Amino acid sequence: MIADYTEHRLAVVGAGVMGTNITTLAVGHGVPVVLVDLSDDVLSLARKTIAQQLRHAQLLGALPPDRPRGGLVTSVSLGDVADATTVIEAVVEVPETKAKVLAEVSALVRPGTTVISNTSCIPIDEMAAWVSHADSLVGVHFMNPSYLIKMVEVIRGSRTGDATLGSVRSLLAALGRDALVIRDSPGFVINRLLHPLINSAAMLVDEGVASPEVVDGLLEGCLGHSTGPLRTADLIGLDNLVDSLNVLYERRKDESCRPCELLLSKVREGDLGRKTGRGFYSYGEAAS
Amino acid sequence: MTTDQTSGLAPVTADAVAGALHGFLTKRIKTELAPDQDLFKSGLVSSMFAMELVVHLEEAYDIAIIGPELKLDHFRTIEAMTSLVLRLRDAAGTGEDG
Repeated sequence: MIADYTEHRLAVVGAGVMGTNITTLAVGHGVPVVLVDLSDDVLSLARKTIAQQLRHAQLLGALPPDRPRGGLVTSVSLGDVADATTVIEAVVEVPETKAKVLAEVSALVRPGTTVISNTSCIPIDEMAAWVSHADSLVGVHFMNPSYLIKMVEVIRGSRTGDATLGSVRSLLAALGRDALVIRDSPGFVINRLLHPLINSAAMLVDEGVASPEVVDGLLEGCLGHSTGPLRTADLIGLDNLVDSLNVLYERRKDESCRPCELLLSKVREGDLGRKTGRGFYSYGEAAS
Repeated sequence: MTTDQTSGLAPVTADAVAGALHGFLTKRIKTELAPDQDLFKSGLVSSMFAMELVVHLEEAYDIAIIGPELKLDHFRTIEAMTSLVLRLRDAAGTGEDG
C-alpha cells in the first residue's frame, strides 16, 4: 500500500464536531485541507478547536513526528473544494442538507475525484442518487476523536467503484488509519448497534433505574467499553444523535431507535454534550 | 511571593503547586490521589481529560506548554506536573523576581 501523504489534498465540507476532527487528523498527518462552512464564525471557532486538537494529538503521541503539518485554509465558498483530490462531506445528518451539499460538490470537482460522506446513518446508495458520479462516492465513518481512534468503518455502496475504494484506502493509509469495509445499510454496523444502545441507556436514566455514571460504569467495568454509552453520546453531540436516530427509525421502524424523551428534552434545552459544556455530564467548570 | 499575589496567580512553590493540583484533581475525579500515582495507567482519567490538565496548568501558572514539553509523561502524576510547572516558570524568568 502506497501511503504517500503528499499525493493528497483534502477538502472538508462542514466545520462541526466531525469536520474539525477529520481536519485535525489530516493536517496532523501532513495533508493540506480546505475546510468549508457557511459561517465565518463557525470557521473561526474551528481554527481554535483544530489548534487545540493538534496539541491534544501531540500530547498523546498520535501524530507522526517526521512530517510537517499540512496547510489549513478555511473558506465560506464551496467553490474552493474544486482542486481537492478527495472531498469529505461532514454536514448535519439531515437528508435534505446532505443532498444539496453533495449535488453541489459533485458538480464542482473533476470527474474521478473521490467523494467521501462521513454520514452517520444515511445509506450511501440513497446518496448515490444525489451525485453526478455515483462510482466516486464512498462512505467513511470516522470515529471521534478521529485523530486518536485508528479504526474507521468504510461503507462500499452498490455503485462505489474499485478505483474509488483504492483511492480511499490510500488516503486512509496516509492518515495512519486502519479500515474495515462493509456493505451498505442504514446506520451501517457501528451506529446500527451503538445508537439504539445509547437511546436505551438514556431511557434507563429517564426511568430512574440508574444514573449516567452507573450506566456507563457498568458497561465500562463489566463489558470492557473504553467509554460508556452516555459519555459517548456527549462526545457525539446529542443533536446529531437525535438526527441519526430519526434517520434509523424512519428507515427501519425499529422502536429502539425512536429518540427517547430525555434525549429530546436535553436537545431542546441546548444541553448538547461536550460541545456546549453539558449533556449527560458537565464539562470543564472546574478548569475555569 | 508578593509579585505572584499582585498578579493574581497562584503562589509558585513545589508544595503550593502540588497542593493545588491535588485539590483540583480530587475534586474532578472524586478519588484520593498519591503524589506519584499514575493517573492514566490507573484508568482514573481519560485521554480527553489530559488536554484539560494542559489548559488548566497553562492558565493557572501563566505558562505555555509547547514543543517537546507537550507529552503525556509530564502529566502522569502530581509530582511530574509540579516539576513541569516549576521548570517552565523558571525558564520564563518568572520564578524569582516575577
